[in-house]
Amino acid sequence: MTRLAGSPLSRERIMARIREALRQPAPPPHLGDSSVASAAGSADDSMPSLRVLPAEVGRPWLPEGGSTPAERLAVLCDNLEKLRAEVHRCGSLEEAAERIAAISRERGWTRVAWHAGELTSPVAERLPCEGYRVDGEEGCDAAVLETCDAGITGCESLVAQTGSILVDSGSCGGRGLSVLPHVHLVIATLDQITATLGDALEQVRARHAGRLPSMLSFITGPSRTGDIERILVLGAHGPKELHLMLIDPPKKMGTGAIYPQ
Amino acid sequence: MIAPTPQQPTHDPNQPALAKRRFLSDATEHVRDTAHRDFVRKALGGYYTSRDAQKARYRDWEHARDAASLAKWSAVNHLDELLPQFVAAFEANGGVVHWAANAEEARGIILGLLEEAGARSIIKSKTMTSEEIHLNAALEEAGYGVVESDLGEFIQQLRGEPPYHFVFPCMHVRRDEISRLFEEHLGTAPTESPEELTMIARRHMRRLYVEADVGITGANFLVAETGQISITENEGNARLTAALPRMHIAIAGIEKVVANLDDLSVLLPMLATAGSGQPMTCYNTLYGGPRAAGEADGPESMHLVLLDNHRTALLADPEQRDALQCIRCGACLNVCPIFKNVGGFTYGTTYQGPIGSVITPHLRGLAEWNHLSGASSLCGACTDACPVRIDIHHHLLHNRRNAAKTAPSRLERFGHRVFAAVASRPWLFATAGWLGRRTLPLAKRLRLPLLADWLASRDLPPPPPQSFRAAWRQRK
Repeated sequence: MTRLAGSPLSRERIMARIREALRQPAPPPHLGDSSVASAAGSADDSMPSLRVLPAEVGRPWLPEGGSTPAERLAVLCDNLEKLRAEVHRCGSLEEAAERIAAISRERGWTRVAWHAGELTSPVAERLPCEGYRVDGEEGCDAAVLETCDAGITGCESLVAQTGSILVDSGSCGGRGLSVLPHVHLVIATLDQITATLGDALEQVRARHAGRLPSMLSFITGPSRTGDIERILVLGAHGPKELHLMLIDPPKKMGTGAIYPQ
Repeated sequence: MIAPTPQQPTHDPNQPALAKRRFLSDATEHVRDTAHRDFVRKALGGYYTSRDAQKARYRDWEHARDAASLAKWSAVNHLDELLPQFVAAFEANGGVVHWAANAEEARGIILGLLEEAGARSIIKSKTMTSEEIHLNAALEEAGYGVVESDLGEFIQQLRGEPPYHFVFPCMHVRRDEISRLFEEHLGTAPTESPEELTMIARRHMRRLYVEADVGITGANFLVAETGQISITENEGNARLTAALPRMHIAIAGIEKVVANLDDLSVLLPMLATAGSGQPMTCYNTLYGGPRAAGEADGPESMHLVLLDNHRTALLADPEQRDALQCIRCGACLNVCPIFKNVGGFTYGTTYQGPIGSVITPHLRGLAEWNHLSGASSLCGACTDACPVRIDIHHHLLHNRRNAAKTAPSRLERFGHRVFAAVASRPWLFATAGWLGRRTLPLAKRLRLPLLADWLASRDLPPPPPQSFRAAWRQRK
């Protein structure tokens, strides 16, 4: 067998072809009648670029994310409902723990996986069944994780615009926990809601400056497929159910003033 | 202008190539299969509804298309800077990049990595780039067990067929056929329920994720700013493929680069809306490298195979360079009257439909594949549907023009010359018209050798009683 792994020759060859090809400038991009083109006019006329579009513009042509906390909450819940995820509004972390314990008893869960965290640990401690703690130090045994009925994680942020839940491999229990168990339970606080994907990514950039977790995943509803006759089925390979326990923000946010119940 | 790719066998351009003969016979067969056409149409019905509903959520869809087009246009035209920037960032995160000039090199790299890892079993999530390089055949030939984890791809793998549509791989297969397939290969009980069929695949696959040594995925975007690859999927199979095996190999074309995360915040929702009528695809995941310190799981190593395979030939054609902006959403297939009538297999290409007809001649040679550009009504539905505003139907015309220049058909040239001679002489034109009005009705009955093919599926209108010029004189 010929081994061609990482041939530096190919790198040179491909880069040379790219440089050669780009010596001939392309005609300007095809645009509609809208005004992005003028907004994007850069110093170098032949090269309009999205990058000069200031982030403050907020991409006002994408779907709405909401401009106040109450609006964002409403958009988020509306999107999650359409995605067939379940939102549980909880007044406190204790209430979230009780709800999860109740679901666990009702379903007869025997083992639930979780990772340590400010929001997740108190919930896991009150589980009425066996818990499997996934740990950055000790790692995670996929064979055990596969047998778990549910996985409990926190999240980085919630995106109102698309109804997405952003998890990362650093602070949300690695890669498998949010996708291998049959049910995914996410515990989050209201102040984790961001308006748009752009805002969520900007937060990621700021929070992890220089050292990003090895995986960042926007989860938008329970796993699904339409591969059989284009008919929607939930729970293809990932969780069949996605529950979001939304806890009212810590005291500093006040109670009920910002978010309608 | 693109020269035919060097690997293509040379052949007489006046002799219809095998690919074209196959296209014509398959198209004829599929067009007559009205049950198949109805089935595909019905399957796409739900797509139109949900796509329109999602598009309506955009405050200005056309504006969003401009932004998406600009993001990709700018990335493609700055590939010389962005690609090295991406590679440097990806390698700084602990990933390894392998450059592959063509399909053979890409297969060699992957086989080498598998050997190095001492791999036995491989789990794959959907990647069209691996279809392009015929990876599965090479893996099986080398003795590896490889399983496609995407439900549609898994069904196609069991059927021994390539994907029918590059986003909806088995949209042409009925549920009873899938039930029989699972019965035969997995020994499961027959069922007519899509849900139960999906659960059969789910149960079958879970153990395989845990046991596989290597996971192979594609990539939808390569983010130059952060050195991450972005993978879009609905089922969670790519998530599992990149989480549980100890090695992750991703394959991506060099044109997948985007400048930064901001561009993704536009492209990810648009890919979902245009491709499958969703607000966002279920899992949009950024991978920056192997498992990092302090993380609970993830692969020990991550490799990325960057594939050229004639993409630089398309890059070298400024007129059609925008075809590299394609994000493979499949929207142009879903609206294409040709696709809906001839079906996905007729194309005989990795990338079907209008965008496939544009790029395949560049990837595999114009002389052999220019017939795809002829298989178009030039209605422009593809161009209207494209979220990154690729000028698809005009490129089909460009391909036709280029083909006429580089590989002219003697017969066509003769026909045009005769027409020019007749049309430039009024007396000859009038005579030909007079003759035509009297003989056209006979043409079908006489089975004239050249016209017979054309008339086989078309009706001639009844000839007018008088010429246009005579009618014009009368009006005056």
